[in-house]
Amino acid sequence: MSMTTVGEPGHMTRPQRPLHGVAAQFGTVDDLMAAAERVRDAGYTRTDAYTPFPVEDLDEALGMKPTRIGWIVLAAGVLGGLGGFFMQWWANTSYYPLIIGGKPLNSWPNWIVIMYELTILSAAFTAGLGMILRNGLPRAYHPIFNTPGFEGASRDKFFIAIEARDPQFDLRRTTAFLESLGPERVSEVEA
Amino acid sequence: MAVTTGKPFVETNRVIGPGQTYAKIDDSVLSPVLLDVQRTPRWWWIGFGISLAFLAMYLTSIVHLITTGIGIFGNNIPVAWGMPIINFVWWIGIGHAGTLISAALLLFRQPWRTTINRFAEAMTIFAVVCAGLYPILHLGRPWVFYWLLPYPNTYGLFPQFRSPLDWDLFAIGTYASVSVLFWFIGLIPDMASLRDRAKLPFQRLLYGVLCLGWTGSAKEWQRYQRAYLLLAALSFPLVLSVHSTIAMDFAVAQVPGWNNTIMPPYFVAGAVFAGFAMVLILAIPLRRAFGLENLITMRHLDNSAKLMLATGMIVVYGYLLEIFIAWYSGVEFERYMIWNRMFGDHAQFFWALILCNFVAIQPLWLRSVRQSPIGLFIISIIVSVGMWLERFVIIAVSLTKDFLPSSWGDYVSTFWDWALYLGSFGLFSTLFFLFIRLLPSIATAETKETAYHYSHHKIDPYEDIRAEVFQEVSA
Repeated sequence: MSMTTVGEPGHMTRPQRPLHGVAAQFGTVDDLMAAAERVRDAGYTRTDAYTPFPVEDLDEALGMKPTRIGWIVLAAGVLGGLGGFFMQWWANTSYYPLIIGGKPLNSWPNWIVIMYELTILSAAFTAGLGMILRNGLPRAYHPIFNTPGFEGASRDKFFIAIEARDPQFDLRRTTAFLESLGPERVSEVEA
Repeated sequence: MAVTTGKPFVETNRVIGPGQTYAKIDDSVLSPVLLDVQRTPRWWWIGFGISLAFLAMYLTSIVHLITTGIGIFGNNIPVAWGMPIINFVWWIGIGHAGTLISAALLLFRQPWRTTINRFAEAMTIFAVVCAGLYPILHLGRPWVFYWLLPYPNTYGLFPQFRSPLDWDLFAIGTYASVSVLFWFIGLIPDMASLRDRAKLPFQRLLYGVLCLGWTGSAKEWQRYQRAYLLLAALSFPLVLSVHSTIAMDFAVAQVPGWNNTIMPPYFVAGAVFAGFAMVLILAIPLRRAFGLENLITMRHLDNSAKLMLATGMIVVYGYLLEIFIAWYSGVEFERYMIWNRMFGDHAQFFWALILCNFVAIQPLWLRSVRQSPIGLFIISIIVSVGMWLERFVIIAVSLTKDFLPSSWGDYVSTFWDWALYLGSFGLFSTLFFLFIRLLPSIATAETKETAYHYSHHKIDPYEDIRAEVFQEVSA
């Protein structure tokens, strides 16, 4: 990891700390999208963008793979439904068999509603909590918050960060590259 | 009374009023939340104080109920389900519009949902809280309500899974917990915004913890959006199932007036009808108090009114079909039930219900009425009363005279019935006042996304045509 300071006029020299990466700030979605595609095409892989609202196709522009959360949710829903069936089947046929209304013990049509609700319950909680956990939340610390002006990322600013662990990362070259994309500013981000 | 300077505003029929920027959306929604405690507007304290008074009445009624027993209610045999169940069905129905706005309109890609979904979801959750407490309080021994849950226990017992009353528990339990989850997930990006704007230490801590450390990265948004879409896709069938299941509490029983296959869809339509009425009751003062007329526009009120009219007419169709089926079934008890409902001892409730749910909504066919916040507010209150009357007619009136005249009875509600019911408004409005003070009542991230789409893609191709045809009225 390169530890040299950027030789720009006016750049503050400060005690060197490990670097998370370099972040560029943009003012519009269009600038961000154009920059994201160029970052991807330049071969950077350890990148992320930070936006106040979901920007369509930004994940593709940065070369991200689609999320697999849908498959996990499907599996959870099926398991929840089957679990609901077997809970009722076991309770009504083996554990506490009781004939109600002259119906057979295995009167499965009566169990559909509970199976249905348990399918939705387990699928929904897997979707919600799965998203939270796979995103690494709750998270006490993230170095990207060291970016100057990052509070704008939840308001009206758009950021692209190239992380220092990217194989192509070189502080001087990467900073110059980001500056060539027409950002409002480029900042080093401490880890 | 408004937080804003009271500057004149222009009503608009656009989904988002003209001249909005991302920062303006942030400021108009988040600044009332981030106000210093001392600067909380006076109307908020007055409203919150009144709510607390009603909440105190609610808690008093509960204490009296638990220490005395359900004999304090007007319930009797044959009318074993009186006001507690009427109010339960009424409250849970109100919640349905919130889920419909947040889930169904998302799936149908209706951009106008974005500014009203947050507070409508809050309304859902608080209405479900009010509703869910009723069956528990109605149990007689509310402290053992957990016996309804299937859990390993030393009695070796399981709940009766063949009973619609147990289906209810699963439906409402799932509905309540999934609604809270959906709401919380929607709030995460906005709490991150609040964290970044907050000045007071208490606020920084509160929103910093609640946003879970959200950064708004592209990968986070990618998973977030997929999860949100899946939650919407799961909530939509869920909301349909909840009131269907409640309808089956009635439809599966043999009581004349209950045993009817139309009940599930008819109850769902009634729930959405009552729910949109409550959305309007809450939205009209809320937009005025916070000066959000540019985000909750006439378009939202107009569309909600149209949905209220459409579902209201489905409900009216349900009333007609109930009469037809009673005649067509050829069953004398069913025929007598309808006769008793329309001309019997409690006929005034039936005709009041027709007045509220059929006659009162007819002005909504007129655009000028749908464009009048005051008119919509009044109609919505009438509809809420009408939907309560509907449940009263279905539940209490049907039970008074079922089969054998020797076991007929009457139903008279008591002071405590009303104290608990009016008190539940206190619970609802206390929660709602806390919500509008502590959390953003509009989903800012989604609204910014919608604003972006409007400026770039024109997601609604008719938007420009409509803006021309529809005169923008000044208020």
